[in-house]
Amino acid sequence: MEFWTAFYAISFYVATLIFLVFGGHKVYQYAVTPAPLKIPTTPAPVTTSGVVVRLLLEVTIFKSLFRSNKWIWLFALIFHLALWIVLIRHLRYFIDPVWAIVALAQPFGKYGSFAMLFGLFALLARRMFVARICYISTPSDYLMLFLLLAIGISGTLISFVTHTDIIQFKAFMLSVLNFNFFNWQTIPTDTMLLVHLTAVILLMIVFPFSKLLHVPGVFFSPTRNQVDNPREKRHVAPWAVKEFETSPASTTSE
Amino acid sequence: MAKKVKFDIPEFRPYPTVPVLKPGVMKGNGPFKAKPDMQEALGFPGELIDDWHDVAIDKMGELLKKYRSLRVFLDSCMKCGACTDKCHYMIGTNDPKNMPVARQDLFRQVYRRHFTLSGKLFPKLVGAKDLTKDVLDDWYNYFHQCSQCRRCSVFCPIGIDTAEISMAAREILDTVGLGQKYCNEIIPKIYKIGNNLGLPKPALANTLEGLEEDMKDETGIDIKMPLDVEGADILLITPSADFFAEPHIDGLIGYAKVFHQAGASWTISSYASEAANFGMFIGSYENMRKVALRIREAAIKLKVKRIIFGECGHAWRVGYSFLNTLVGPFEFLDTRYPIPQHICEYTYDLIQKGVIKLDKSANDHRRLTFHDSCNVARATRMGDKPGGQFEIPREIIKACCNHYYDMEPDTIKDQTYCCGGGGGLLTDDLMELRVKGALPRMEALKQVVDDHGVTHMAAICAICKTQFAKVLPYYGFEMDAIISVHQLVGDAIVLTTDVKTPG
Ligand code: SF4
Ligand code: SF4
Repeated sequence: MEFWTAFYAISFYVATLIFLVFGGHKVYQYAVTPAPLKIPTTPAPVTTSGVVVRLLLEVTIFKSLFRSNKWIWLFALIFHLALWIVLIRHLRYFIDPVWAIVALAQPFGKYGSFAMLFGLFALLARRMFVARICYISTPSDYLMLFLLLAIGISGTLISFVTHTDIIQFKAFMLSVLNFNFFNWQTIPTDTMLLVHLTAVILLMIVFPFSKLLHVPGVFFSPTRNQVDNPREKRHVAPWAVKEFETSPASTTSE
Repeated sequence: MAKKVKFDIPEFRPYPTVPVLKPGVMKGNGPFKAKPDMQEALGFPGELIDDWHDVAIDKMGELLKKYRSLRVFLDSCMKCGACTDKCHYMIGTNDPKNMPVARQDLFRQVYRRHFTLSGKLFPKLVGAKDLTKDVLDDWYNYFHQCSQCRRCSVFCPIGIDTAEISMAAREILDTVGLGQKYCNEIIPKIYKIGNNLGLPKPALANTLEGLEEDMKDETGIDIKMPLDVEGADILLITPSADFFAEPHIDGLIGYAKVFHQAGASWTISSYASEAANFGMFIGSYENMRKVALRIREAAIKLKVKRIIFGECGHAWRVGYSFLNTLVGPFEFLDTRYPIPQHICEYTYDLIQKGVIKLDKSANDHRRLTFHDSCNVARATRMGDKPGGQFEIPREIIKACCNHYYDMEPDTIKDQTYCCGGGGGLLTDDLMELRVKGALPRMEALKQVVDDHGVTHMAAICAICKTQFAKVLPYYGFEMDAIISVHQLVGDAIVLTTDVKTPG
């Protein structure tokens, strides 16, 4: 078994495991931690379907961000949209036969990487040159952008400049996904491809420990996901019942 | 201006501006600390305990398990910077630690150090910090420069609400013995006497009688301000400032006139003679609940059918958003009405039904604008449609006067700026902060004064009214330019003697 093949195959398993276990743990933690009071930022929807719409507008067109800062909104939207397109395009390396929608995304995805890079550089520039954002940034905030830039730049270079044996890579990827342990197809060893894969693996590993938790976080944000109906419905948390309402001085006296 | 001040009053800014950072300008010792006996009355240690560090971290761990908001908000900030220019204290002081995200980071750095793997392994990399005495002092100082107004939460793409973090931080500070004097000396007065002022029943009765006489002199009609009337239909819960402070008291007179004209049977309770609930400001579920419980008890004791809240912002938040959860259910009240109801909802309804008539010309000497109070605007609702909290007060004002002008759209409704004195900061030892924090609201007011000759700004919050009465003069306005919405109603309402009581 060739070394790099085994190395990347195993790294993929490890990274995926970390991503799923720790990321899953975070989601579980968010889900089970009670929100003891109704705190939606109002005006808020008064029905559950209204909340679904509110959340959809937040995660698709970044509605709140649009209201707050047009530049950040523009750059963030370009980056995230491009990322989605690029991700969809990449599915062709993981599934066989390729779905129609993925095939359709190919031409956009190929050039989407430029939009993604533009968004990332713009966000980086803001972070470096706008005093307020510079002030609140820690090294990890820059590293996260560098990591994403590394992925974007190496990927773009593979697509347009250095190229790689993409057929062979897909064979490798499918063998990894099929759990053909130590029987994996050989991975192409072009430098750019390995840089690209290393950065992606790193991103998966840091995901559950970093601010990338904003991805699940936004769905659990009580100011955004609560229905505005506190007068109609009591919302008391189990711990509050336990601490305050099981004593003799409970509220149920009349 | 005759006033002597020891700090610079901010200048109105030409639009638009990019804030300049002035690190450390608002560094300091924070507001006065609560005395040991007051701390103990609330169940907190009298002064900073020896093992404060460990106790604080334990408390943080406890709160993380109790509040999803805290957990999610601490993890999810991507430091995008969208909130950095949204806080009125940042705008007024330029201290970068008053940027909402930077304020959260004071808390987040400790969270990361103690509760996240990355912060335990690579503190420098992710900006994690130990809870040192310096950090604790920064907490005390800067978490008392947040009025918990939630303006930042409107603009954050994740909906991160710095108010939640401030409340948690203040609760932790209280737990280790660092309480703020203003809040923590007020809450025990409610437990002992029934209101923030410590106004006992005889004094309250006297005040109300005096007001009845004043109204009789003014209108020639017997308008009641009933106290502790058992069997009344409506229990009015109003901020105690309404009983004595200007311009609040004219609001109270307005409510009384509305009740009179509607032929309503109503009462104030001396036991729960306070709508304000400072338990919210200090982030203490327990104290907030204890204060709220008095309202429930008063409602039961007086056998009322409805509860109506007077004009007070954070009280309406506790009333609208939390009351049912904290001390409900209220199945013993008349469930055909919202529980509780806001006085504006009540008055608006009467106007709609034609039960009360208003003579707009009575307010012709005033040109009005409306200040949306942050807690009403961003943490509650009125009526049954989202945004009713903006429309209903405006509709009432417009029904009472001929000249109404809104301030700039990005300074009203859910984008409203805090008066600068909310969240437990309405104390003289924070005067500099209060004046500076009022800047964005004062700028918007200046604009409607210049453009439309506005003479008065109406509000529905006791804290806003007190704060504006104090800071308006710093910016060259008259202190009585702030008035209660129900003062306008009281002045415009057409009163009659032969009111029929609805059957
Ligand atoms: S809640 Fe209000 S005062 Fe506090 S940080 Fe946010 S904007 Fe500033
Ligand atoms: S807007 Fe929200 S996510 Fe962005 S920096 Fe502020 S708190 Fe963090």
